[in-house]
Amino acid sequence: MDYLHQFIFGIYPYIALAIFLLGSLMRFEREQYSWKSESSQLLHRGSLRLGNILFHLGIIGLFFGHAVGLLTPVAVWDALGVTHSFKQVFAMTAGGIMGTLCLIGVLLLLHRRFSNDRLTANTTWRDKLVLLWILATLLLGLSTIAVSAGHLDGHEMVLLMSWAQHIITFRGDAATFVAGVSPMFKAHLFMGMTLFVIFPFTRLVHVWSGFGAVTYLGRTWQLVRPRH
Amino acid sequence: MKIRAQIGMVLNLDKCIGCHTCSVTCKNVWTSRDGVEYAWFNNVETKPGIGYPKDWENQDKWQGGWVRKPNGKLEPRQGGRLKILANVFANPNLPAIDEYYEPFTYDYEHLQNAPEMITPPTARPVSVLTGKKMDKIEWGPNWEDDLGGEFSKRSKDALFEGIQKEMYSAFENTFMMYLPRLCEHCLNPACVASCPSGSIYKREDDGIVLIDQDKCRGWRMCVSGCPYKKIYYNWTTGKAEKCIFCYPRIEAGQPTVCSETCVGRIRYLGVLLYDADKIEAAASVEDPKSLYEAQLGVFLDPNAPEVIAEAKKQGIADSWLLAAQNSPVYKMAMEWKVAFPLHPEYRTLPMVWYIPPLSPIQSALENGLIGENGIIPDVKDLRIPIQYLANLLTAGKEEPVVKALETMVAMRRYMRKKSVEKVIDESTLKGTHLKAAQVEEMYQVMAIANYEDRFVIPSSHKEMVENTFDDKASCGFTFGNGCSSGTSEPSLFGKKKASPIVFHDMRRDRKANAGE
Repeated sequence: MDYLHQFIFGIYPYIALAIFLLGSLMRFEREQYSWKSESSQLLHRGSLRLGNILFHLGIIGLFFGHAVGLLTPVAVWDALGVTHSFKQVFAMTAGGIMGTLCLIGVLLLLHRRFSNDRLTANTTWRDKLVLLWILATLLLGLSTIAVSAGHLDGHEMVLLMSWAQHIITFRGDAATFVAGVSPMFKAHLFMGMTLFVIFPFTRLVHVWSGFGAVTYLGRTWQLVRPRH
Repeated sequence: MKIRAQIGMVLNLDKCIGCHTCSVTCKNVWTSRDGVEYAWFNNVETKPGIGYPKDWENQDKWQGGWVRKPNGKLEPRQGGRLKILANVFANPNLPAIDEYYEPFTYDYEHLQNAPEMITPPTARPVSVLTGKKMDKIEWGPNWEDDLGGEFSKRSKDALFEGIQKEMYSAFENTFMMYLPRLCEHCLNPACVASCPSGSIYKREDDGIVLIDQDKCRGWRMCVSGCPYKKIYYNWTTGKAEKCIFCYPRIEAGQPTVCSETCVGRIRYLGVLLYDADKIEAAASVEDPKSLYEAQLGVFLDPNAPEVIAEAKKQGIADSWLLAAQNSPVYKMAMEWKVAFPLHPEYRTLPMVWYIPPLSPIQSALENGLIGENGIIPDVKDLRIPIQYLANLLTAGKEEPVVKALETMVAMRRYMRKKSVEKVIDESTLKGTHLKAAQVEEMYQVMAIANYEDRFVIPSSHKEMVENTFDDKASCGFTFGNGCSSGTSEPSLFGKKKASPIVFHDMRRDRKANAGE
């Protein structure tokens, strides 16, 4: 196993997570005025409603799909009687559906953003970076379905699960698990990890607030602040 | 009983001349910035008209305010909490910026830089949104000023509901009035309820509704939640902004900028004491026509000994109680009953109230159209249909508006007798609920309208909650991030967005941003 591989899949995940967590914390603490969803709905509606709902539905599904699929220990699946092969096919199907929704959404959003004068004039390079990075990561992720279709035994999937679980449990040997996986997976992993790196520096920080807004469901209608 | 105080406002529409001074001074102070050039915290509309943004009163279209559910509970018209949360991705009820107007400036530079040409150079309009030339300006912040445009367009005004409006298209029957509008600083604000991040709040001490600019995440549900459409999305900062009731001035005991600069002296500011425990019940009464009276029931009599004792116990300062007793707003709303809330049917319990315009009745009086029994002409003879005013101020209930207009006419008759014929004739007050002394005070406050009678504002007693010595040499008012200037210096997290072209007078720090 060469040095570069060890760096990208053994060390880089921690760099990415550190930037993601500390960067978010710093921005929240120091520059909260810049913390927002950056909605452009006021300027131009276009295909926003269809595109944005599909996009968010898809990407939230993908987020939780990845979280549950990668981080649930293999022993749990075994105990539940879920075979590796079944889990892989399920992941390919669910991921395929969510990924397709997300892809349609992000394409609609990209088209909306680049076809309207008002939006092109008010789009920063950070806004473009986010959309294009997600698009690239998504396309790689969808392409892995084709790779997976070639071997439905769930072996490669278990390797990826082991990698993720060894990373978050701070076991140093994580990179060895993915040494032999398809380059498509490796590229997808790298793009996905880097999404966490750009996260604090872009509008992506609104994801934290989106999850935070769930507390609204249990809130009183009215808020009154005393003087101090 | 939970006693709270609020600085309320009354606008005497009888005296508004539609000069827009309030709007302009407000804009100069608060919204002469990128991203809110289209936003007017205060604007003056000519009614009848569809207003700003277009059709804002049509809640079937915009879904603002509250609805009373069959079980008697209130819910924002745009939906319950789950629906609001589900709509953050794309708010179906958000007015596009074109519903306000596309902000524009003119290519003034061309007037100076144009080469020699046969025809004189013109300054073409330029869109602030794109920085490109516009072929034609289609709409503006005050497109319908003084009945500009055709009747067919302004007759879409929601206030014409229940009125045979065609007759008012005839020149002889046409009517108009001015309606200055600002945030209502409601007791039951729908914007606060609609905000998923909890960034909007009502201040306990003076009732001002503010948006915490640091906590706002730009979910935009407040914009659609507010039935008055008085929250604006700043398209460069991505945050919602609204009228702040000039709180830095109010805290210092000064009137808001719009009130201070009002040429016609139509604006009044004063303290109202209210029982916060009664808000929900008052906003939930079944019949919309009872909402005006229900809101009156929330206010407390500042002269009642038990209210004074309880207010003191709850920590309301003596200076505020004294101001409440001298409040012109309380007198107009509660004693004289000449002021009314704007659209009580939205169930927001607004706190900026309006005195209906009388002038058209005065012209009817001069033409000898005096009713048989009352002291004002019959409703059919009024230039502005009573139903139209009632649709604006009392959810369509005519009696309170008629009573207020009668009271105001009675005041004029009483004072006319007194100053022209030198006779105190209490019979002129027949049909009103007021005594001579009250009418004289009403005349002083409403007709003479001295500065100190219009504005009774206690300062905020900040010394009770903070050590003012700590404020020494600290930063003044900024846009978020404490002392950060909010200007364009780039940081790791991006620089502040600017509009594609420089809309306002070029500031030094903007030059780099403008991409010269």
